[in-house]
Amino acid sequence: MGSIVLRQVEKVFGDVTVIPPIDLEIADGEFAVFVGPSGCGKSTLLRLIAGLEDATAGTISIDGRDATDLAPAKRGLSMVFQSYALYPHMSVRSNIAFPLKMAGLAQADIDAKVKAAAETLNLGDYLDRKPKQLSGGQRQRVAIGRAIVREPSAFLFDEPLSNLDAALRVQMRLEISQLHQKLKTTMVYVTHDQVEAMTMADKIVVLNKGRIEQVGSPLELYRRPANRFVAGFIGSPKMNFVGGAIAAAHGAATIGIRPENLAVSRDAGDWLGTIVVAEHLGSDTFLHIATDAAGTLTIRVSGEVPVHHGDRVFVTPDASALHRFDDKGIAIR
Amino acid sequence: MARRVTVTQKLGFTALAWGVGMLLFFPILWTVLTSFKTEAEAVASPPSFLFFDWTLENYTEVQHRSNYVRHFLNSVVISLGSTVIGLIIAVPAAWAMAFQPAKRTKDLLMWMLSTKMMPPVGVLVPIYLIFRDLELLDTRLGLTVVLTLIDLPIIVWMLYTYFKEIPGEILEAARMDGAGLWAEIVHVLTPMAVPGIASTLLLNVILAWNEAFWTLNLTAAKAAPLTAFIASYSSPEGLFYAKLSAASTMAIAPILILGWFSQKQLVRGLTFGAVK
Repeated sequence: MGSIVLRQVEKVFGDVTVIPPIDLEIADGEFAVFVGPSGCGKSTLLRLIAGLEDATAGTISIDGRDATDLAPAKRGLSMVFQSYALYPHMSVRSNIAFPLKMAGLAQADIDAKVKAAAETLNLGDYLDRKPKQLSGGQRQRVAIGRAIVREPSAFLFDEPLSNLDAALRVQMRLEISQLHQKLKTTMVYVTHDQVEAMTMADKIVVLNKGRIEQVGSPLELYRRPANRFVAGFIGSPKMNFVGGAIAAAHGAATIGIRPENLAVSRDAGDWLGTIVVAEHLGSDTFLHIATDAAGTLTIRVSGEVPVHHGDRVFVTPDASALHRFDDKGIAIR
Repeated sequence: MARRVTVTQKLGFTALAWGVGMLLFFPILWTVLTSFKTEAEAVASPPSFLFFDWTLENYTEVQHRSNYVRHFLNSVVISLGSTVIGLIIAVPAAWAMAFQPAKRTKDLLMWMLSTKMMPPVGVLVPIYLIFRDLELLDTRLGLTVVLTLIDLPIIVWMLYTYFKEIPGEILEAARMDGAGLWAEIVHVLTPMAVPGIASTLLLNVILAWNEAFWTLNLTAAKAAPLTAFIASYSSPEGLFYAKLSAASTMAIAPILILGWFSQKQLVRGLTFGAVK
């Protein structure tokens, strides 16, 4: 069991309201990702759930039990920090064993559980090393080992991959997803990287300035963003926004078109423009085109396209895939 | 690019380092040498450096005239006592300031340090009168209290700087792992801060050992530490350089030996955090 329910939870630091009252439900076994730009309050929200920050108002229930005033250790949660936060003076073995030692388990039980966790995470050969003798990825595994060993009702991850290089990040992302499938324990994961959110989450919570902009599955957010913020934040490259007369023709203040929903042609189309930059990735080609009518647009074309900087081309949006927003940025359905 | 150091430069720097080292050490060396001379040789001009009649008479004479062991024990009790009490007060204080800072924590730290900017003689009279009324004059307890208070700002500052180097996330991780405040301090904070705490302890023992203003003004005989023992030989009536040197040598020897054996720890503590 590991459901987490937030009711009217608010956090105020001095005069600054970091999190205005919010409601949120995370079901048992769910992989929830909090995503948003830096300073959006996602880490604060996680720390509120962890108990490392006290909520100014509202209630937090874990497993159906009111945990608002419980100490972090009493909430039955494990946390993996951005800096890994390993104990530098302890060996890998002692690091993983620490929560069990604090829980007062017998030494034989501790040894068995540490061994099992080390096997799960391929740390068997490193148990007697100190954290500083490990690479970034290994340290991250130790931090995860320390989290899984006490079999918490939920895991909290605070940007756990942002200190790793790109290749390792992709690998650890996979490992965490596999771990979730294996353990089926609730996970709450904070990141500013929408790719991590899209690839790992069952449920994404998009945050902006402390407010929840939208909650939904990755594809729900991608297909039906509730507003301009979510539309712009989810998806890579970013959605194109066009205003003015073109939007008005669709009965909106702004229209949004995903880069993959724009077609490029040399001969005919809606908007004529000049290619500013062509990024050839092999599998895809990203074109940045300055159109005369609709401003600069980003276009994603599958495969290789024989166009170059300075070419004049036509751009045509897929009319069935337009997103319409009113003057407040709210989606018009 | 690594900086290239030529052999000449290396020799030059080595010579300079030895020169500075000798300059700092020479007064101590001279004191030790003088302590083995007779009073006549001690004031002889030109002075002889190594070729004189080595004698231990000053040491026997000093031993005969005053009770070295009592002064030594007073020094030990006062310096260790004030440092340990200081640490007991300062560890929680520094913990609070480093990990639970409030709006005015920086001001508080500056205010604490500012008490060290006042010349001690400015408060001699009130403290003397308080000590007289509380019957703390010439007691080890009184001196321990005064030295604790005098050195507390430095102890808090040093510990605060060391604690600041410990990432707060590690303590939060301990909290998430089920450690209470006590377990957090015992299993995580203290082992990580050991170099800092050790060097704070050593430095403050040395400071308290050498403290002369309060120890001279607030003691007479019973609680007088080694500083008073030395002072009793700098008599205005006559020059007894050799005996004064013998007394000084005996007074600084214990702390010099302690410092020698712990120099690694001291240097490590003083540069803690500077080199990662």
